[in-house]
Amino acid sequence: MALSLDKYLRMSKLPHIWCPGCGHGIVTQAIVRAIDELGLDTDKTVVVSGIGCSARAPGYLHFDTLHTTHGRAIAFATGIKMAKPELNVIIITGDGDAAAIGGNHLIHAARRNLDLTVICFDNNIYGMTSGQYSPLTPQGSYATTSPYGMLEKPFDLCNLVMGAGGTFAARSTTYHARQLTNVIKEAISHKGFAFVDALSQCPTYFGRRNKLRTPLDMMNWFKDRSVPLRAWSKMSPEEQEGKFPVGVLTKTQAPELTEVYAQLVEKLQQRGED
Amino acid sequence: MGQALPWEITVDSKWCKKCGLCVEFCPRQVLEMKDVPHVKDPARCTGCLMCEMHCPDFAITVKRREEND
Repeated sequence: MALSLDKYLRMSKLPHIWCPGCGHGIVTQAIVRAIDELGLDTDKTVVVSGIGCSARAPGYLHFDTLHTTHGRAIAFATGIKMAKPELNVIIITGDGDAAAIGGNHLIHAARRNLDLTVICFDNNIYGMTSGQYSPLTPQGSYATTSPYGMLEKPFDLCNLVMGAGGTFAARSTTYHARQLTNVIKEAISHKGFAFVDALSQCPTYFGRRNKLRTPLDMMNWFKDRSVPLRAWSKMSPEEQEGKFPVGVLTKTQAPELTEVYAQLVEKLQQRGED
Repeated sequence: MGQALPWEITVDSKWCKKCGLCVEFCPRQVLEMKDVPHVKDPARCTGCLMCEMHCPDFAITVKRREEND
């Protein structure tokens, strides 16, 4: 169904400032579509971002939004959720924002199993500052700060979140826009910490240096390396090399922080009455 | 009455940045790239929304026409 854009977007702020063919608009649309299909109350939904290209997204979204400091979106969102647990809190972050400067906030929010939804606009690079490598730049890829190819191995953020105790982790790409929308829907519906690694193309700073000049080249690069989870589990480590699984990678249930906190408050209040 | 095509495709030329993804993702070759995407063959549209969902600029929408139109 076509989206009613004026319900969810700040129409006066558009067109947005992202480059032609940038994937961030596709991920933003997937979030809006997921919110629409879930029927979330726009007055009870808050979108929080940090710094970077991804962080521009809440500026275009017609919700209560917060544009915070670099890497700290999850910290601000933690305050919102603990103060008002009835709100749906969605965090838009980038790969640099989430994995580098904000890495500790990410793992501790996952460990606490706080009911937040984190959507990482993962474009493999610091786009806003003209293309330095990030902790998610694939090994061997070129960036302004890796002119001979990236030496280091990248993070697998879904594995990091799962290892830290997060109860939901999923990955999809802008090529798979429908699947991306579906996993975001599932992430928002999940009770507990939910993380979505949304691969998004940066043709301007990543593609241009890596022989992926057009947005379509970059999206085909996502398609060629992505493997549905069922097929992934049957592949050998050699076959998995250079590829990644897409879909909902983990979904479990565990006590959620705002709920156990409310239980504690109630218990202490009852004790106080005795 | 029954003559109108079921899907109405609208391109917002003020928001479009001419990346061409809508043209590439359409499985039925409904669109072609001119200055901005142009609806070449509206009768072939099945309303699959591949163009709309892959547009980074919210610039293309596919709406089902009301039956009374």
